[in-house]
Amino acid sequence: MRARGLTKRFGSFTAVDGIDFDLYRGEAFGFLGPNGAGKSSTMRMIGCVSPPTQGELTIFGADPVRNGAAIRAKLGVVPQEDTLDVELSVRENLLVYGRYFGLPRAVIRERTEQLLDFVQLSERAGDMVEPLSGGMKRRLTIARSLINDPDILILDEPTTGLDPQARHVVWDRLFRLKQRGVTLILTTHYMDEAEQLCDRLVVMDHATIVAEGAPRELIERYSTPEVLELRFDPALHEQAAEKIKDLFTERTEVTADRILLYSADGDEALTRVLAAGLEPLTQLVRRSTLEDVFLRLTGRRLVD
Amino acid sequence: MAVLSPGADPPVTPRSGGLPVPPNPPGWWRLSVRGFRCWLTTYRRLWRASIYSSVLGPVFYLGAMGYGLGSLVDKHGTASLGGVPYVEFVAPAILAFQAMNAGMSNAAFPVYGAVHWNRIYIAARATQLRATDVFRGHVMFMTMRVAMNSACFIVVMAAFGTIRSAWAVLLLPAAALTGLAFATVVASWAVTLRSVNPMNYAFRFGAVPMMLFSGTFFPVTRLPGWLQPVAYATPLWHGVALCRALSLGGSGLDPGNVAMHVGYLVAMAAVGLWIGGRTYRRRLYV
Repeated sequence: MRARGLTKRFGSFTAVDGIDFDLYRGEAFGFLGPNGAGKSSTMRMIGCVSPPTQGELTIFGADPVRNGAAIRAKLGVVPQEDTLDVELSVRENLLVYGRYFGLPRAVIRERTEQLLDFVQLSERAGDMVEPLSGGMKRRLTIARSLINDPDILILDEPTTGLDPQARHVVWDRLFRLKQRGVTLILTTHYMDEAEQLCDRLVVMDHATIVAEGAPRELIERYSTPEVLELRFDPALHEQAAEKIKDLFTERTEVTADRILLYSADGDEALTRVLAAGLEPLTQLVRRSTLEDVFLRLTGRRLVD
Repeated sequence: MAVLSPGADPPVTPRSGGLPVPPNPPGWWRLSVRGFRCWLTTYRRLWRASIYSSVLGPVFYLGAMGYGLGSLVDKHGTASLGGVPYVEFVAPAILAFQAMNAGMSNAAFPVYGAVHWNRIYIAARATQLRATDVFRGHVMFMTMRVAMNSACFIVVMAAFGTIRSAWAVLLLPAAALTGLAFATVVASWAVTLRSVNPMNYAFRFGAVPMMLFSGTFFPVTRLPGWLQPVAYATPLWHGVALCRALSLGGSGLDPGNVAMHVGYLVAMAAVGLWIGGRTYRRRLYV
């Protein structure tokens, strides 16, 4: 898959502003960014249901506008909001979807068993979809998106709205798919999701790509190995921030409730903070994450 | 705004070699049938209930209008009805307007719901189906529903002995065509809506007046002179006149008139199909 100058406008609003990316078989590729960064619009263009306003997009060597149906035959799509038919059973949802791709009943039946087993829903096969939990519905959507044995699986915020346990189950399943060689494209505003699943990712903000690379590579390039997080009494927060900026040469970021100090050695930095007479309420030394990369690149946090 | 290419997909030509290019999809008919069959799957759970409700309504009309009101009408002579008992005059008209109703109601809210509520279209557009296939597949299902309702009602009409002509064997396609004409137009419009209110208005101020004044319960010639051309222009009048001619036979079955009615309804269905192809593409490919 290849995109050059890919642009999507809705009237005067530019949702995606001339982005470039390349995607290779078998990799897990992520679009990381806050809500409204243009991730979902990009996903819809890749899913061949949204013609680009400008620029070039090639999938399997074909044009998604002219050959949408042919390309979609080899895509699996997990949309941001579930589009399951809640009036049908779990199994029937897969049947209906398989039929859309013109698969014979016998093939659908066989794949349904395998896929429901894969997403751990075999016991609910005959149940209606409506009463299933959010996590189960998500897993069913993933199973459904795999019914046509796609070469590329597109996931738009696969775990948004799920509780932590359900998220981990979804991650585990997606990781297994990756192991099996399915190409994954996903959007997320969770940095932990991106770090867990993506071989390579782009960071999007305000309709453009601000950085590209492997998660560790991005962290190395845009952040320090460690971060010291300090929390002060809210009354002293600003004062402390000023003082730290004066005293330290390292990059600092001041968020609403914390001061982040980017340093190669967090413990050593903490010693200097304490030596300077500052008295944080809490302190935490941690490794840099993609959140820090995003903060560095955009000056804002991913999720607020 | 650009929309995805209409009609058949051109052959896939690889631009950057190496990757396997998916084969071309099958033709629009097979893709549309896939969409149709998915509606059938959903309908399997509901069809019994839907038959009761969609058959009982027209039967009540036939009883109340045909026999109740008819007993009064018949006492005053039915020369202006063509000399047939009122029930025979009104039964094919009820068939036509129930076909309109079935066509409209299977198009309006289900289409809106397929975009906004159960999101069946949104799920289907991510597959091999194109917007036009989604549309045509759903229209096939709507037509099937109209035909089912109409078939039941025609059986009731025959059982009550309200059919005079052997041409009545063509009542089913005539009713289905009437329903199809309304279904395509309403579906192509409903898919564009952002709220349900316009559909309620369409039923209240479109379907209901048409049902009352399109020569259904009394001949159009009884309307004030200036209203008559309006009644003759409504699609329902053409459906009613066609069904009535087929059911009663005789002098009403003029080939020229029949061709005009059929032509009107076919043209309306064709326009609906054409517009729907466009509105569906606009709505589903944003």
